[in-house]
Amino acid sequence: MKVLVAVGLTVGILAVAAASATTGAKPAALFQPPSEQEMPRDEFGQTVKMGKDIFEHTERYASQYVGNNTNLRCSSCHLDAGRLAHSAPLWAAYVSYPAYRSKNKHVNTFPERLQGCFKYSMNGKAPPLGDPVLVALESYAYWLASGAYIDSKIPGRGYPTVPKPPLPRDYGRGQLVFEQHCALCHGADGAGQLDAHGRPAFPALWGAKSFNWGAGMGSIKNAAGFIKANMPLGLGGTLSDQQAWDVATFMNSHERPQDPRFKGSIAATRTQHHDSADDMYGLMVNGQLLGKGTPSVNNPNHGEKR
Amino acid sequence: MRPNLVIISLISLAFTAMTNLALADGASIALHGNDRGAPACVTCHGAHGEGMPANGFPRLAGLNAGYLKTQLDAFVNGQRTNPIMTPIAQTLSGDERAEVARYFAGLSGPASMAEPVQETNSAGARLANQGRWSQGLPACIQCHGEMGVGVGATFPALAGQSSLYIENQLRAWQQGTRVPGPLGLMKVIASKLSAADIHEVAAYFSALPARDPSRRSKP
Repeated sequence: MKVLVAVGLTVGILAVAAASATTGAKPAALFQPPSEQEMPRDEFGQTVKMGKDIFEHTERYASQYVGNNTNLRCSSCHLDAGRLAHSAPLWAAYVSYPAYRSKNKHVNTFPERLQGCFKYSMNGKAPPLGDPVLVALESYAYWLASGAYIDSKIPGRGYPTVPKPPLPRDYGRGQLVFEQHCALCHGADGAGQLDAHGRPAFPALWGAKSFNWGAGMGSIKNAAGFIKANMPLGLGGTLSDQQAWDVATFMNSHERPQDPRFKGSIAATRTQHHDSADDMYGLMVNGQLLGKGTPSVNNPNHGEKR
Repeated sequence: MRPNLVIISLISLAFTAMTNLALADGASIALHGNDRGAPACVTCHGAHGEGMPANGFPRLAGLNAGYLKTQLDAFVNGQRTNPIMTPIAQTLSGDERAEVARYFAGLSGPASMAEPVQETNSAGARLANQGRWSQGLPACIQCHGEMGVGVGATFPALAGQSSLYIENQLRAWQQGTRVPGPLGLMKVIASKLSAADIHEVAAYFSALPARDPSRRSKP
């Protein structure tokens, strides 16, 4: 019955989406970044182009800053090469910094924000300030923001906030959503897929190849927003709010690489960095304590020493 | 006792022969067909599985075995229909479908005639590599892999595929004559493409090398 209801809902939402598409109704005018063809061809343009290449093939052009196992790219979570509204577009981020972040309790510049992406989301290490990788990414973001006003609340920034669902979010229902809508691409084990030539295709959602516990996508709220707006690829907006929250809960209730800020105790790390209802770090799920991390050179003990 | 033993061994010999016939290996089916009426696959799909691009008969060489098996199964159970392939697939047993899929997956695909031209500014290249997100249309390569090399058993390689075949499939999804695969993705994708889009994107992928030039191991 549940499955039938979910299918019915999906079909209904599809119909609504189709109807609004035909009438051309749009909720708000969104900033439009310049087109690819407008990219300058001079010296600056070459750095912009390098930034785009890093963004879409991070493992190739910035491999020294990407975790060994990671099969994510910048463009895994920032769709359309960082252009797409509601998929944390680069142009919106660019006009939102410098900004105070509670995550590290100081004012962060845009390059420092990029460092965080490498450290947490790419499970790698932060390029030093002034590194050509950061210069290229900043140049690409700056160019994408051409014509935008400085505005930390620019429409389309980040991921949308999904209204709280009617039912409390649920791991079991999330698992069903995952199996029906996500596993096809991300794999039944959530480990993602490589293409036929071994290059990253679909990102790992948890486990050793995924983002680490310090990443923004580890927040169920952020993940629900990304999923609702953009997943499955090409079918964004077709999951219900409930499905988005449930499947985000399921995804983030799995082990992933340790938070680089880990200081010897899961409980202390939770208190200091994960004290939120949207964060599963340090909580018990199916009899397992989350936050041990995945096996790696830096984490031979998977978290706490016994 | 003795005659019985002889009969038993004769029967078992005959049975072994029958089993061998029923389990014709993939190469044999591909090159000669089977004894239940399946013609040789190579008649239409080319001696090396390269397809007959001009007729829209797809390349099979180098495609994922799981993908090929799923398509053959779909012709048998009616999820996919084609006046030529449906009756042929029905003459193949499940094991034969698996074997022949493995055979073609193991072929390395036709070598490209020339070094690939990385045409990035054509309309087809843009659709393939960037999509058209203003319409919620992802890039083809996001699921079919960079340079259209394919991803897993679900997303087939498009590089070096017959452009007419790609066009025919996109139109079939658009018009509802091909049941869309998993999640109904391809119907949604195809519905956002114009006739010109279909032509351009099919031409783009058909011109990509079916064999990865960077992996051309031995000269």
